[in-house]
Amino acid sequence: MIAATPPTEIKKNFFNQKQGLASWLLTYDHKRIAILYLLGVTFFFAIGGIFAALIRLELATPAGDLVDSNTYNKFFTMHGIIMVFLFLIPSIPAVFGNFLIPLMIGAKDVAFPRLNLLSWYIYMIGGLFIITVLLMGGVDTGWTFYTPFSTSYSNGYVVAAGMGIFIAGFSSILTGLNFIVTIHRMRAPGLTWFRLPLFIWAHYATSMIQVLGTPVIAVTLFLLVLERGLHIGFFDPAYGGDPVLFQHMFWFYSHPAVYIMILPSMGVVTEIITTFSSKKPFGYTFIAFSSVAIAVFGFIVWGHHLFVSGQSAYAGMVFSVLSYIVAIPSAIKVFNWTATMYKGAVRLTTPMLYALGFIGLFTIGGLTGLFLASLGMDVHLTDTYFVVAHFHYVMVGGAIMGFLGGIHYWWPKIFGKMYNEGWSKISAVIIFIGFNLTFFPQFLLGYMGMPRRYHVYPPEFQVLNVLSSAGASVLAIGYLIPFCYLLYSLKYGPDAPPNPWGATTLEWKTQSPPITQNFEVTPVVTQEAYTYTTEEVVHVG
Amino acid sequence: MDSETVVAPSAAGAPPQHGHVEHHFEDASQQKDAATVGMWVFLVTEVMFFGGLFLAYFAYRQAYPVAFASASNNTNLLIGAANTTVLICSSLTMALAVHFAAIGKKNLIVLFLILTLLLGGTFLSVKAYEYHDKWVKHEVPGYNFDCRTDTGAPCADAAHTPLFFSLYFGMTGLHAMHMIVGVGILLFLITQARKGRYTPAWHTPVELFGLYWHFVDIVWIFLFPLLYLIDRSAMPK
Repeated sequence: MIAATPPTEIKKNFFNQKQGLASWLLTYDHKRIAILYLLGVTFFFAIGGIFAALIRLELATPAGDLVDSNTYNKFFTMHGIIMVFLFLIPSIPAVFGNFLIPLMIGAKDVAFPRLNLLSWYIYMIGGLFIITVLLMGGVDTGWTFYTPFSTSYSNGYVVAAGMGIFIAGFSSILTGLNFIVTIHRMRAPGLTWFRLPLFIWAHYATSMIQVLGTPVIAVTLFLLVLERGLHIGFFDPAYGGDPVLFQHMFWFYSHPAVYIMILPSMGVVTEIITTFSSKKPFGYTFIAFSSVAIAVFGFIVWGHHLFVSGQSAYAGMVFSVLSYIVAIPSAIKVFNWTATMYKGAVRLTTPMLYALGFIGLFTIGGLTGLFLASLGMDVHLTDTYFVVAHFHYVMVGGAIMGFLGGIHYWWPKIFGKMYNEGWSKISAVIIFIGFNLTFFPQFLLGYMGMPRRYHVYPPEFQVLNVLSSAGASVLAIGYLIPFCYLLYSLKYGPDAPPNPWGATTLEWKTQSPPITQNFEVTPVVTQEAYTYTTEEVVHVG
Repeated sequence: MDSETVVAPSAAGAPPQHGHVEHHFEDASQQKDAATVGMWVFLVTEVMFFGGLFLAYFAYRQAYPVAFASASNNTNLLIGAANTTVLICSSLTMALAVHFAAIGKKNLIVLFLILTLLLGGTFLSVKAYEYHDKWVKHEVPGYNFDCRTDTGAPCADAAHTPLFFSLYFGMTGLHAMHMIVGVGILLFLITQARKGRYTPAWHTPVELFGLYWHFVDIVWIFLFPLLYLIDRSAMPK
């Protein structure tokens, strides 16, 4: 039984144990580094969001009346590059993974704290490159950098953008490496693999992808830069090369990268659903191994991005079948979350609303992925808005819903403050409505044949495009509200007790916010992660 | 979950010192384990990093065997073989440095690290000579590229020979960058070793750098046959 005691004086915690700007910029504390990352990804999310807004503004009318096509190309390219490489990939692992992995496994820090800080600086330097590209006039290749356009014809700053992603990639690699070693070597006494929270399993699988996949995009961009900058050619037929090889190498990373974005989110959702159902997750081992299975299968499906690129028909068939197989571990997760709620004491708190939204939107995103994995359908749907809607359901409806769910779930732990439940529920509903209004019409547009990456379109598509743009403005408001009440809570919110949700994992056993060393005494674990008894369930908020 | 509690043995918050257990580890063996696992995971990322280039090599070698066989005759077999020997010797000296670190012979650690440095430097100098030679012979793709056989005739399948040289420079260039990083770390290790920082109880940096150095050597062991040897004699001179 955990009771909230009213604080009599300001307790020691990782915010007030050291003070001053230098104590933040030179910190080795994983919790502070997580907050540095939170500032970074929020900044880049805002920049990427501005480009999304510009895209939707342009598409409100069929004519190209806001910008010309060159500028529009730069809009969607900058939106894609910033959102994928500087927001989605680092978002949950670098913020929540950093903050929570040591806490959840009862460690004092990650295995390599200095490397952890270095990762943040590398990430920011990579981001600086991208921002520089932006200020100089942008890049117009699409976030996919397909050759030979990117190496021989593009007028944008391809080399600088490629360097930025190359550098940011090393941040991702080092973070993944740090987590793998931390999870292997830093667990508290008694914390066996099958006592780990499922969030840890999800991050372990994510780290595997980061470590195995990211070096391949790094070398691909290295070759791209050599070809564009030094004319040492690999992909351009003018140099004897083959552009399809670039696509193979690009997607060998960039498809698994989708799972870097979604797996941590699944980990977050698993924690939230378990806590707010006050029930052990249904099928712990299935959820744990489905994360690993998604990571493994994720590496052998990249060819489904090349169905119309001149890849052989037999390769296409194999990649199609393999792509269907990824649906199995994904579906296992959805079934298990649903079964966890069944006969649980479900509480509809804000994090739970995001988790429920995640399940619905991820399911739509996942099932429409099956349309695209089938060869015949894909020929019709390739490069249409159907694809755009599909991956936004997974990345925005999945990854960002998970990110927001995580923010609301762990906010009391990270900052030691409770936010306003009324406002947070309203904004969760607004985001859900705004999201669907933005992206559902795009399924219809794509199915009717509207191609992506064009800023003019036939007038008959206008109604659905206006709906989508309207939805985008609702979504933008939905994102701004949490920004306000969360910042408000930092100053005026009531103090959070150590365990406001009645959760069972280790991070809730220490105070909120935790002390720099995380725990006063190293915890010794004697039970599974999710052991609920009726006495332990506490209803607060 | 019920959790009993025990008092953590190490003094939390103590400043990290060289050769000592840092504050977030329970003991020295946990610290060493973590560093070793970390190094191996890093080497896995390196395998994937070079892997992309090997993939490109195999794809194009398969597609244009004649161009590759012809162009590979323009690499200098004698120099390549000699340089391979130099690099293998440097692995031996590195292994000896690790060995002497483990038994605490300070002067021998320094000696063998310096020998490793010299051999690595030799390799890089020879590589620089080879690059210069290629530049003079117009064998750098994109810069007045003109591949000729020994008799002065154009290389076979001239449309695709630039690919071979692109891969040659891409692969050996990336390898050389790893060597340069290695040389930099060696300089650091030598200064530390001279101060007697490495003891039988703690010499993790020497040991882990050894892993890195051997890895870079092994990459070359693959590069040498791929670029210098395979199908070299398949083409009429």
